Amino acid sequence: MTIEKAIEVNGLSKSFGTVKALDKVSFDVQRGETFGLIGPDGAGKTTLFKILVTLLDTDEGTATVDGLDIGRDYRAIRARVGYMPGRFSLYSDLTIEENMEFFANLFGVSVEQNYDLVAPIYSQIEPFKKRRAGRLSGGMKQKLALSCALIHKPSVLFLDEPTTGVDAVSRSEFWDMLHNLKKQGLSILVSTPYMDEASRCDRIALCNSGKILDIDTPSNMVKKFDGNLYGIKSKEMYSLLKALRGDKTIINSYTAGEFHHLLADNGFDAERLKQELTSSGHKDVEIKPIVPLIEDVFIKLLSNER
Amino acid sequence: MLKVLIKKEILQFRRNSFLPKLVVVFPIMIMLVLPWVTTMDVRHVNVSVVDSDHSQISNRIIDKINASEYLTLHSVTSTFDLSMSELDKGNVDVILEIPQDYEKTMLTGHPKRLSISANSVNSNKGSIGAQYLAQTISHTLAEQRSMTSPEKRGDFFTIQNRYNPTLEYRNFMIPALLIILMIIITGFLPALNLVSEKEAGTIEQINVTPVSRFSFTLAKLIVYWAAGLVVITIALLVAWIVYGLSAVGSLAVIYAGAFLFIITISGFGIIASNISSTMQQAIFFMFFFVMVFMLMSGLLTPIESMPEWAQYITYALPPRYFVSIMRSVFLKGATFYDMRYNFLALTIFTIVMNIGAAITYKKRS
Repeated sequence: MTIEKAIEVNGLSKSFGTVKALDKVSFDVQRGETFGLIGPDGAGKTTLFKILVTLLDTDEGTATVDGLDIGRDYRAIRARVGYMPGRFSLYSDLTIEENMEFFANLFGVSVEQNYDLVAPIYSQIEPFKKRRAGRLSGGMKQKLALSCALIHKPSVLFLDEPTTGVDAVSRSEFWDMLHNLKKQGLSILVSTPYMDEASRCDRIALCNSGKILDIDTPSNMVKKFDGNLYGIKSKEMYSLLKALRGDKTIINSYTAGEFHHLLADNGFDAERLKQELTSSGHKDVEIKPIVPLIEDVFIKLLSNER
Repeated sequence: MLKVLIKKEILQFRRNSFLPKLVVVFPIMIMLVLPWVTTMDVRHVNVSVVDSDHSQISNRIIDKINASEYLTLHSVTSTFDLSMSELDKGNVDVILEIPQDYEKTMLTGHPKRLSISANSVNSNKGSIGAQYLAQTISHTLAEQRSMTSPEKRGDFFTIQNRYNPTLEYRNFMIPALLIILMIIITGFLPALNLVSEKEAGTIEQINVTPVSRFSFTLAKLIVYWAAGLVVITIALLVAWIVYGLSAVGSLAVIYAGAFLFIITISGFGIIASNISSTMQQAIFFMFFFVMVFMLMSGLLTPIESMPEWAQYITYALPPRYFVSIMRSVFLKGATFYDMRYNFLALTIFTIVMNIGAAITYKKRS
C-alpha cells in the first residue's frame, strides 16, 4: 500500500504560556507536492515545523509524516525527514566536506551513495569543500544546509524560511533547485514570509497568528479574489494614503510599492475620486484596476478575520 | 554510530585553537605555580620588641627571635606606643612586651607577665605568629632555667608529624589541586560544550537524526574523559619531577578513583548543561557548585573542623570521597581495601549523577 499523503495535520494546537502559537491547524501535503506556508513572522510557521520534525510536543491534535504518527513513531520519522531550520545550524568549525560526511554517516550512508541527489546543489559549493562552514557566505551556507538535509535521501523535506536573509538572485536559484528536487518525487513543506515566492509552490496555506486563513493553489487564490482592486499613485504618496482612508467607498488601502492598492466597494467611482483628489491639491493622480497578487489576497483575508 | 560521533568530537576538539593547549598548559601552570602560593605555612612574622627591662634575659629573648627562621626581628623599641604605631602601619605582625624588672622578679619566683599582641587582620598569620613567638620564648626560658638550676630539664614533649614529616602544606595541597583540575577539565568543559551546541542551534539538527541522546552525550564524554586522564597524568608527572612528590600508595588506586570521579563530575556537568539553555546559566550553575565543592569537600580545610551540620552536608558532595582517596593513597599509601567505603560512595554517585544526566536530557521539548 502506498501512502498518498506525505504530511497530514489534524487540529494541531500549541501554546507557549498565554500565547497561542498554533490554533487548531489542519492541512495535508500530497506526495510529491511542494506545499508553501506563507505568513508573516510570528504566524506559527517555525512552531509547526518543530512539531512535525518531532522536536516539540503538541498540546492537541494529531499529525502524520510519511504515514507515521509524530507521537508514536517519532524515531522512524527522524530517519525519513530532512530538516533545514530557519537558523543556520551546522557545525561552523567543521568544513563543508566534514559537515556533509558527518550528517551522511549519522544516517548510516556515505556521501557517495546519494551523491546524485545532492549533486546539482552540492557541486556549486564543492570547490570550497575545505572551507569551514562558519566562513561561508549566506547563499553558500544555505546550499550546504540543503545538501546536508538531503544527503540521507529523505522522503519529506522540511525547509523553514530557507530564503530569509538571502539575496534576490540566490533566492530565485534556490527555488529552481527545489523545483528540481520535486521532479525527483520529493515532498516538500516550505515556509516563507515573502509573498512573491508563493507562486513557486503547488499549493499554499496563508497563515497568521497561529491560524490558517486559506489553502489553495496560488492561481486559485488569486482567482477567488472577489473585490474591486485598484492601484493608485500621485506625487504625494503619504498624504494620498491618508486621503484614501477618509473615503467611505474604500474598504481598505495600503502601500504596495509604486502604487497604493485600494479595495473598494460597489459604490466606488474612480473618476470621482480622481477629481476629488486633484481638487484637494494632489498632482498627477493615476488610478487603474489591477490584478490581485497573493499579498492582496492575504490582506483581504486578514481584514475579513477582523 | 558512536565512532562517527567521537570522530566529530575529536575533530572539533583539535580544531579548537584553545582547548588542546588548555589541556596541556593548564595542569602544568597550576602544578608549577599554585603549590608555592597556596601555603598556610607562616614565615617571616615581623616582631617588634618593647624592651623595658634591658636585662640579660631580655637580650637573650631578642637574640632568639633574631635567629628563628619563622620570626623576623623588626625593631626593638622603648615604649609600647612606638611599636604599636608600626603595627598600625602594617610593618609589624606581633609585639612582645618585656616589662621593667622582668629578670629581677623572675629570680624571686613570681615573675611579671610578658605580653604578646598580635595583628589578627590576617588571623592565620597573627595567631600562628603569636604561637611561634610564645614557643620561642618558652624555649629560651627553659634553657635559662636549665642553666641556672642544677637539674637538667629538657623539653616537655616532642611532636612528630606522620605522613607529612616536614609539615609541608604543599604535600597537602597537591592532591587537592589535582582534584580541582579534574573538576574544571571534566566537569566544566563538557557542560560548556553541550550548551554551546544548544546556543549554536546545532543540537536541533542532531535531534532530528536517528542518533540517540545517549550516544551523542557519551561521544562527547569519552573525549573529555580521555582529556581528564591526560591532565591527571601530566599533573602527577609535574608533582614528581618538580616537587619530588610521588604517590606512596598504588597509582592504580589513584587512577581508579580518578576515573570514577571523572565520570561522576562529567555527569554533573551534563545535568548543568541540560537544565540551562545559555552559556551564562551553565557557568553560573557550575560555579556555584564548584565553590561548594572546593570549600566544603575538605580540599582546602579539614572537614573535621567544620560545624557538625556542615559535616553532614559534605556526605552529599562527591569530591569529598575523592579527596579522601587521593590524600590517603598519595600521602599514607592507603590500599583499595582501606578506601573501599569511599570507592563505594563514589560509585553510587557515578550512577546517580549519570542517571540524572540521562533523565534531564530531552530531545523533544
